[in-house]
Amino acid sequence: MKVLVAVKRVVDYNVKVRPKPDGSGVDLANVKMAINPFCEIAVEEAVRLKERGVADEVVVVSVGPTQAQEQLRTALALGADRGILVEAEADLEPLAVAKVLKAVCEREQPGLVILGKQSIDGDNNQTGQLLAALLGWGQGTFASEVVVEGDRVRVTREVDGGLQTVSLRLPAVVTTDLRLNEPRYASLPNIMKAKKKPIEVTRPAELGVDVARRTELLGVEPPPARKGGIKVADVAELVDKLRNEAKVIG
Amino acid sequence: MSYDLTDDQRQIREAVLKHCAQFSDDYWLELDEKGEFPFDFHRSMAEAGWLGIAMPESVGGAGLGITEAAIMMQAVAESGGGMTAASSIHGPVFSLEPIVRFGTPEQQQRMIPPILRGEQKMCFAVTEPNVGLDTTRIRTRAQRVEGGYLVNGEKIWITNAHVADKIMLLARTTPLEACKRKTEGLSLFFTDLDRRHVETRLIPKMGRHAVGSNMVFITDLFIPEEDRIGAEGEGFRIILQGLNPERILLGAEAVGLGRVAIKKAAQYARERVVFDRPIGMNQGIQHPLAKCWAQLEAANLMVMKAASRFDQGLDCGVEANAGKYLAAEAGFEACHTAMLTLGGMGYAKEYHVERYLREVLIPRIAPVSPHMILNFIAEKVLELPKSY
Ligand SMILES: Cc1cc2nc3c(=O)[nH]c(=O)nc-3n(C[C@H](O)[C@H](O)[C@H](O)COP(=O)(O)OP(=O)(O)OC[C@H]3O[C@@H](n4cnc5c(N)ncnc54)[C@H](O)[C@@H]3O)c2cc1C
Repeated sequence: MKVLVAVKRVVDYNVKVRPKPDGSGVDLANVKMAINPFCEIAVEEAVRLKERGVADEVVVVSVGPTQAQEQLRTALALGADRGILVEAEADLEPLAVAKVLKAVCEREQPGLVILGKQSIDGDNNQTGQLLAALLGWGQGTFASEVVVEGDRVRVTREVDGGLQTVSLRLPAVVTTDLRLNEPRYASLPNIMKAKKKPIEVTRPAELGVDVARRTELLGVEPPPARKGGIKVADVAELVDKLRNEAKVIG
Repeated sequence: MSYDLTDDQRQIREAVLKHCAQFSDDYWLELDEKGEFPFDFHRSMAEAGWLGIAMPESVGGAGLGITEAAIMMQAVAESGGGMTAASSIHGPVFSLEPIVRFGTPEQQQRMIPPILRGEQKMCFAVTEPNVGLDTTRIRTRAQRVEGGYLVNGEKIWITNAHVADKIMLLARTTPLEACKRKTEGLSLFFTDLDRRHVETRLIPKMGRHAVGSNMVFITDLFIPEEDRIGAEGEGFRIILQGLNPERILLGAEAVGLGRVAIKKAAQYARERVVFDRPIGMNQGIQHPLAKCWAQLEAANLMVMKAASRFDQGLDCGVEANAGKYLAAEAGFEACHTAMLTLGGMGYAKEYHVERYLREVLIPRIAPVSPHMILNFIAEKVLELPKSY
């Protein structure tokens, strides 16, 4: 079985992001970029499926700028076999990414597609769901366990207040949650091997996908700075402030 | 001319930083307190194949250059592991070079892979108590006997000798009086550190307590002929080849340690509020840190220039020495400035910068002192009379 994994280039999770002064977006100049942590978990899961003999090829695909090749290389160093970069300048919205991935799936015919549940920059949590819908495949989102059983995959989902287990017919789409696995560290020999693995570069137009935006970004602003606390004289004053100023109790 | 890392080099740096992030500041603090070798760190770096970064693929290495090794060691120090982390893996990363260049294929296959896999640890023994930097006068004597040599002598400051399985040893095989030149008559060995004939005693020292340095007493140690690296009498010439890489790596590490120190200091300066403002809003705090940053990055350019020249097979003695000197001085100022930035808390172990300050003195002193570097530059570049 072939497993396709989508990976996104995002701002490293350690970086404190700053909006541009005009609020038109986040300032990315000289900011450290990395593979989206949930995508890394997806790569790890696919590589484990290969190590268990369930998958025979792991293909990683990224839709993004030329530099996203770095993240593809990282995924190849973790054990993926080859990469596909769908080069796109502008920041694509989830629907466009899902359409591109659908086109890649139609060409590659994977048995399973694994994505992160969301990317830590946009926090949209849409791409996996949109892709499953566009393909007409089953979806198991927020996975904390993935077991392939014959022509089905059993996915344990992290839902509010507990776990839900679903069984999907393959091919299917799975999105990863934080507890699915702990990604390995790339070893030097695998980094060296990854250099020889192929990365194919294509463009949305070549795949026949229109990636024009449907939504317009109006502005980005930082969260308000935290204000200092106040001291209250007694419980009565506290209750009064909670009721009449903060309006958190009735 | 390019002053930036290539994509591949950046990937190495990121991968090493990520790997090292498994080992927290508290891990290093605790080992420093206990004086315990970082076994877990050493093992994990070996298992992930990092120790062989600059070794040829034929012996299980990655076949990359000293530039990549310097980038890696810098990231190791910069991760917060400092000189403790760096010195725990120094041996494998660059001290094996003489075996690659001068050893037989049999020696290479026998000696190198177990070190790269982390199954064996090694130490590198040159310095002696009664000789100092005047290396050609070392007194450790290797006397020819049937099938090999019998060795007697004393070494000092030998890092990791107390945990090592193997020792790379420089000893005199022909007495100084019988040599035409003082650089002749020394030989290099790589052999078992047989504790029945080698006694090690840890030297109580200022910092890097987890990675000890030792006095080493060698009594009637038999070294078989097949453990001599290169020809008899060629030892000094052989180790000279490794001196520039060693300086380059130490320089890269000093920059790494300086970087983490000013990073910690800047973080503290952003958060610590005194007189109703973050202390980092005062230029008296900002300027010294900014100056340290500039000095560290400038020193790094010289270190990387030396590395790139070495990898191109060009002469790099002046650059390697100048780079080590600049990096160690800049690293020291950065750690010192970090401590002053934190004020009282800079002196507390839990804020880590006092440990960095104790460690950053090592690249200032070793493997060669600032005095000797300046002597060398004065002689070689400025054509002043040799002073030593
Ligand atoms: C933590 C640590 C780890 C070490 N690990 C190792 C190791 O693993 N293996 C190993 O072989 N060695 C090791 N060393 C030894 C190190 O390389 C030496 O300490 C260093 O080379 C200096 O030699 P010395 O201590 O004998 O100084 P000396 O030669 O005694 O010099 C003392 C001082 O006099 C100055 N001086 C001497 N001659 C001149 C001159 N002509 N002009 C100006 N100044 C001069 C020197 O610069 C120095 O400041 C280590 C040292 C330390 C501190």
